[in-house]
Amino acid sequence: MGTTVQTKPVSRSTKGTEEKLVFSLPPLPYAFDALEPHIDARTMEIHHGKHHAGYVDGLNKAVSGRDLGQPSVEELLAAIGTLPEEIRAPVRNMGGGHANHSLFWTILSPKGGGEPKADLAQALDRELGGFAHFRESITKAALGRFGSGWAWLSVEPTGKLVVESTPNQDSPRMHGNTPILGIDLWEHAYYLKYQNRRADYVQAIFNVFDWDAVGQRYFQTLRQVRGKK
Amino acid sequence: MPFQQPPLPFAMDALKPFLSKEQLHYHYDKHHAAYFKNLNALVEGKPEAEMPLTEVVIQSAGPIFNNAAQAWNHSFYWDCMKPGGGAPKGDLAAALKRDFGSVENFKKEMTEKAVKLFGSGWAWLAADPNGNLEVLPLGNADTPLKHGKKPLLTIDVWEHAYYVDYHNERPKYVEGFWNVVNWDFVEKNLAAT
Repeated sequence: MGTTVQTKPVSRSTKGTEEKLVFSLPPLPYAFDALEPHIDARTMEIHHGKHHAGYVDGLNKAVSGRDLGQPSVEELLAAIGTLPEEIRAPVRNMGGGHANHSLFWTILSPKGGGEPKADLAQALDRELGGFAHFRESITKAALGRFGSGWAWLSVEPTGKLVVESTPNQDSPRMHGNTPILGIDLWEHAYYLKYQNRRADYVQAIFNVFDWDAVGQRYFQTLRQVRGKK
Repeated sequence: MPFQQPPLPFAMDALKPFLSKEQLHYHYDKHHAAYFKNLNALVEGKPEAEMPLTEVVIQSAGPIFNNAAQAWNHSFYWDCMKPGGGAPKGDLAAALKRDFGSVENFKKEMTEKAVKLFGSGWAWLAADPNGNLEVLPLGNADTPLKHGKKPLLTIDVWEHAYYVDYHNERPKYVEGFWNVVNWDFVEKNLAAT
C-alpha cells in the first residue's frame, strides 16, 4: 500500500497503432472512512472522486492530440518550461493537481501517526533540527499560505531536505525539488469538517501521516539524486 | 479597534436556497470577522490605523494588504446581494449592452471567468478610468482598487464561499448568484464613477 512513487501515464492503443498519452485517477489505497476522525469520509470521497478526478480530466484534455512522448506527470512538471506555451498553464494547474493529489493519498494511512524512523528521522535531526522542529516549520508554512496551496517536505537536487510551500497546484518539481510529503491547503481538503479552522486540520493530519511511505520516498529520491551526480 | 466589520445587510437565512444559514454563518462570522481581527492586530500603532480602509487596500502589501482587501472585498460582496434579486436597468443596462453586446453576454463572460479562476479569488465587474466596463478574474485578495479601477460587482470564488452548500460544484454556485444580485447597488457604484 502506498508504495508507488511515480504516477505513470497509462498508454492505450486507439485507432490502430497510434499511442496516446492518457492519465488516469489512481485508486485511493484505503476506504473513504479509513482516516476518520481526522479526515472525514465525505471529504475523502469528494476530494478523490471529484477534485482529483477533475484534474486528471483537465490534464488529459490539455495534452490530447499532442506528441509529447510518454512522460509521467512528474516529468511533465519538471519540464514545464520546455512545453509548448499554450499547454503550460493547464499542465501546471491540472498536471500539478494530479501529481500533488497522487502523492497526498499515498502518504496518509489509517495506520499512520507517530514519528519518522531510521534514515528519515536522522536526516530530519541533521538537516531540519529534529522532528519537533520540522513539525513546527511545516505547520508555520501551512498556516502562512494565503489562499489555496500546499506545504511540503521536499528533497532538493543536492539531497537536502527542505520545508516549503507553493500556491495553488504548483509542484516543487517545477523548481527541481522532489516532494516526499505534502499538506493540501485548499479549503476543499478540510472545509466540511474544519471549516475556517485550518490550524486544527493541520494538527490532525499528523495523526495519519504514513512515515513508512514518506521514508520510502525519501530513500528512493536520494537514490535518484545520487544517481544523477 | 480602527476597523469594524459592518453588519450583514440581510438576515443570515435571507438568501436561502442560494446560500444556507450555515454557509453564511461561517463566511461572515468566521472568515470575514477574522480578516478584521487580523487587520486590526497588524495595523496597531501604525499609520494604516488612521487611514480609510480603501486607502489601506491601495497602499499596503503583504499580510496587511491581504487582510485589508479581504475585509473590504467581503463587505462589498454582501452589498452585491439581496433576497429576490432582479435585473439591471437604466444606465447600467445600457452600459452593459454597450461594452458586452448584451446583459446576457456580460453574465456569460462573468460566469465563465468566475468558474475558470484557478484557486482562490474573486470575479469582478469593474470600470476602468475611461468608464469602460470589464470583467476581471483576480486571485486571492486582489481587487480592482489595486489596479486603479472601480469595482461595480463581485462574486467570491474562494471555496469557503460555497463549499458547505455546493462542495466542488462552483458552476452551480455561480449560476445561483445571478438570482440574488442587488442591481441597485451595482447601478449606484456605476453612477459614482
